[in-house]
Amino acid sequence: MAGSLTHDILQGPPPPVDPGWGDDGGGSDGRGSSRRASFTGLYVLLAASTMVFAALTSALVVRRGLSDDWASIAKPQILWLNTAVLLASSAALELARRALKSGARGRFNIWWTAGTGLGILFLAGQWVAWQQLRSAGVFIASNPSSSFFYVLTASHAFHLLGGLSALIYVDVQALRLSLGPAKRTRVDISAVFWHFLDGIWLYLMLLFYVWG
Amino acid sequence: MSAPVAHAHHAPEGFIRKYIFSVDHKVIGIQYYFLGLFSVFVGLFLSLLMRYHMVNPSAKVAWFEKLWHTGAAGGIMTPELYLSLMTMHGTIMVFFVLTTVPQSGFGNYFLPIQIGAEDMAFPVLNMMSFWTTLLSLVVMMAAFFVQGGAPLSGWTAYPPLSGAGVITGPGEGLGQTLWVLSIAIFCGASLMGAINFIATTVDLRCKGMRLMRMPLTCWTWLVTAILGLLGFAVLLSAGVLLILDREVGTSFFLPTGMMISDHILTNHKGGSPLLWQHLFWFFGHPEVYIAILPGMGVTSHLLSTFSRKPIFGYKAMVYAILSIGFLGFLVWGHHMFMSGMNPYSAMAFSVMTMCIGVPSAIKTFNWIGTLWGSKIHFDTAMMFALGFVSLFVTGGISGIFLGQPALDLYFHDTYFVVGHFHMIMGVAAIFGMFAGTFYWFPKMFGKMMNETLGKIHFYATFIGVYCIFTPMHYLGIVGNPRRYSDFSNVDYLGPMIPIHQFMTYAAYFTAAVQLIFVVNLFWSMWKGPKAPMNPWNSTSLEWSIPTPPPFDNFGGVHPVVYHGPYEFSVPGAEKDYIMQNAPPTESAHS
Amino acid sequence: MLLAPVIWVLTVVICYFFVAKTWWFPPPINQHGVAYDEQFFRTLVITGVIFFLAQVVLGYVIVKFRDDGRRAGYSHGNNKMETLWTSATAVLFLGLVLMGTKIWAGVHFDEAPPDAIPIEVLGKQFAWSFRYPGADGKFGRTDLKFVNDSAGNPFGIDDKDPAGKDDIVSASLKIPVGKPIKLIMHSRDVIHNFFVRELRVKQDIVPGMEIPLHFQADQAGVYEVPCSELCGLGHFQMRTTMTVMTEAEFEQWKQQQLAQK
Repeated sequence: MAGSLTHDILQGPPPPVDPGWGDDGGGSDGRGSSRRASFTGLYVLLAASTMVFAALTSALVVRRGLSDDWASIAKPQILWLNTAVLLASSAALELARRALKSGARGRFNIWWTAGTGLGILFLAGQWVAWQQLRSAGVFIASNPSSSFFYVLTASHAFHLLGGLSALIYVDVQALRLSLGPAKRTRVDISAVFWHFLDGIWLYLMLLFYVWG
Repeated sequence: MSAPVAHAHHAPEGFIRKYIFSVDHKVIGIQYYFLGLFSVFVGLFLSLLMRYHMVNPSAKVAWFEKLWHTGAAGGIMTPELYLSLMTMHGTIMVFFVLTTVPQSGFGNYFLPIQIGAEDMAFPVLNMMSFWTTLLSLVVMMAAFFVQGGAPLSGWTAYPPLSGAGVITGPGEGLGQTLWVLSIAIFCGASLMGAINFIATTVDLRCKGMRLMRMPLTCWTWLVTAILGLLGFAVLLSAGVLLILDREVGTSFFLPTGMMISDHILTNHKGGSPLLWQHLFWFFGHPEVYIAILPGMGVTSHLLSTFSRKPIFGYKAMVYAILSIGFLGFLVWGHHMFMSGMNPYSAMAFSVMTMCIGVPSAIKTFNWIGTLWGSKIHFDTAMMFALGFVSLFVTGGISGIFLGQPALDLYFHDTYFVVGHFHMIMGVAAIFGMFAGTFYWFPKMFGKMMNETLGKIHFYATFIGVYCIFTPMHYLGIVGNPRRYSDFSNVDYLGPMIPIHQFMTYAAYFTAAVQLIFVVNLFWSMWKGPKAPMNPWNSTSLEWSIPTPPPFDNFGGVHPVVYHGPYEFSVPGAEKDYIMQNAPPTESAHS
Repeated sequence: MLLAPVIWVLTVVICYFFVAKTWWFPPPINQHGVAYDEQFFRTLVITGVIFFLAQVVLGYVIVKFRDDGRRAGYSHGNNKMETLWTSATAVLFLGLVLMGTKIWAGVHFDEAPPDAIPIEVLGKQFAWSFRYPGADGKFGRTDLKFVNDSAGNPFGIDDKDPAGKDDIVSASLKIPVGKPIKLIMHSRDVIHNFFVRELRVKQDIVPGMEIPLHFQADQAGVYEVPCSELCGLGHFQMRTTMTVMTEAEFEQWKQQQLAQK
């Protein structure tokens, strides 16, 4: 039996179709439109998040150009390790999704849990980075460069906490074996949001090392 | 048609789930409406206090002291108390009235129904957005009760006045912090709402409801949601930076070399007050379109219904809404012409500002075009829609002056500006809400509102608001500065005091008249005559479902739409209106 | 329908007060002000006509097309009309802005003339101070740590700097008639705004920025300067005057100030 993300091959064929939902016959079944709506909602959220980071970036650019008190801070080396951890967590999530697609529930659980764990590790690593800065005497108000570093990493971490809650929720559902086909959308949404946060992090690393 | 898919939507049971923590968009819409109603009366009360003080600056009023024993010691309102009332007036009106009722109130209730959906895309998120908004209001109101009271930096909260802490003035301590916190929470609530509105409009339209068949109200709710999404995200960032400047000593907005109240501030190095202004107005300008667009949608919708004629130029109206939304992000600098920013960018912003006047003008022409050759029924809802057109013209016209930096050299920070934005936001937008109330009340509450009370309230308010706000333009020409608690220090303002007195009396009168509306609203909910399913013979989908609507709007059956939203007086048709979901056999334009 | 005459009466009353100039600008005292008033008048005429016509037509349609039993027309619009009034509006609005550019340029694009008299302006909660460089043409060095408002040193002039010895500090602005002036504006605390109605000029004063403003006053007199950006509880009291006097009187005043130091 061919599997697809919207149908759980273990549960049999999809329920009857209702053409009432969806744009002029789009969306092959009721659940399709709800999945599509979830993705629309996600993209809208990503647009808002992008605006937050865009606003902070423009504030950084303006502030940097304003006066000569911008002293680029030395970034903690652990940031590179953290970056690797974050990218690894995304990779793990992708492997998990692939496993789910081919029906390998067990493998899904392993990879998704690994991804979640690596996400937690990233946050822990960020905390260490902050501690390292503080022991070097670099605090949020030390100079504009440090201010933006703390604000941007904190904003990112705040988003990550949200993403992590979604990952943990999915993980718990998976481990309790209650990850049915309707929950597939949640898996995908969580994963895409997480990858977006990866992208933001890579952008921030660029910002810190080139402009910060 | 095969059996509906189990969308797992059971009717809620129990008082709490039905009316308190409800995920039903209709209940949430009503909750937002009442939040806005409460807020508008708080804001109105504050404005009356302000108007009283402006013409009686040294008057002793016993109960002032009871409410504010520091701010009004001896019963005399201090300037700082005045400014804090002014700050909270603006903040509460803009955020908790103009941003909630037209969008989250009416939009929440009617968007899903008008597009043929069972509910919003994310009902639980919807519920959370209301309670988050309520939390934001509670935090905002708390600012009144803390030591130092509410902030005095205006709803625009420019640093350093808002950023350097309590040394810049009373209320700038905990009061200002709570203000920023409340706004940050509000940003979160707005973002939640925007996600719902956009996903619902994009994905949950029923069969046949193409985008270009949506009522114009739905278009305005969609564009407003997009404006809110992008604007509030920036305001949130700005708010975070301001809190940090205030609480942990960063210098995003606070420059070097400040000496406030004999203290030399040494913490700050090279921040920019203008940076705040850019971030704030990047949000602030789309915000005013958030406040007015739904009202424009309601006006279009009502003008068509009550004149039994299709809206003139539906496509042009849609493009106008989209242009206003898009251009709305490119004009924020017109709030900053005098700020010290680059004068060349001022010219660029000015050109964009004139451009945005064009779609607004198109909408006005099209409203009149709709009425031309029509057959007008003067129900109260229609009166408010007509009033909206008149007020929008009056308020918008003064924008042509302010959008030119050359003329802003005189008018910036005068009452000319105050008159302009009150006409547009404080009146036209409010009329949009009144219009929506009278129009949709039958569907929401199953009863009809009283037409006589409605008409009296309309005329008195219409004349009243013209009396309050048009004189402000003359004051501006004389050069009357804004945000003054007292005019006795400036000689050239002496002769203008009688005008201020006139405006104050007009304000008392107009405020009192609002009681008629409140009585009408609540009495009709209880004792109004029962409303038929479609009392206005209107065409949009909400009028095809029972009154009040069932919990899932369409009773489990998904509507199919065959007609555009404004098919009135179609030649050859049996009735002078065709419901959007009427069978396709009716001759119609789609 | 009653709404129509209500709208018409309101429209006529509103227009009347503009036409009659019942509450109006004070007369301008410089060329810039004259140009300003011309641009204002152009804008007023165009917007006034639009305002008048829109309200009158709105009243008209309310009367003419009230329900009297006949059927309404059925039309979805008219693209030709749309194009026509859209273009007309765009041309009018953009035209107005372009016509005003010269006025804006005169204030902000053009540099102050080289012989402009430099005067420093200090805005603080809640008073104005003005500083003149004295005969040496130089402003003395300042530092916040020297600030002493009660001793008449709001600028914080360093008394060890000889250039500052002949600086004149005044609580009100005094300038000679017919001469270009260049204000160099600072704020010590929050944002303030310098505004003189008769000059038709206004400028925010921002802490951390040094903001220049140049103008010329061609008529003698005393003109009020009310702070025009919310600066705190004393905002309404932060007002001073600009006195425009003959050159001779100005020199005399400066001598008097120096003598009193």
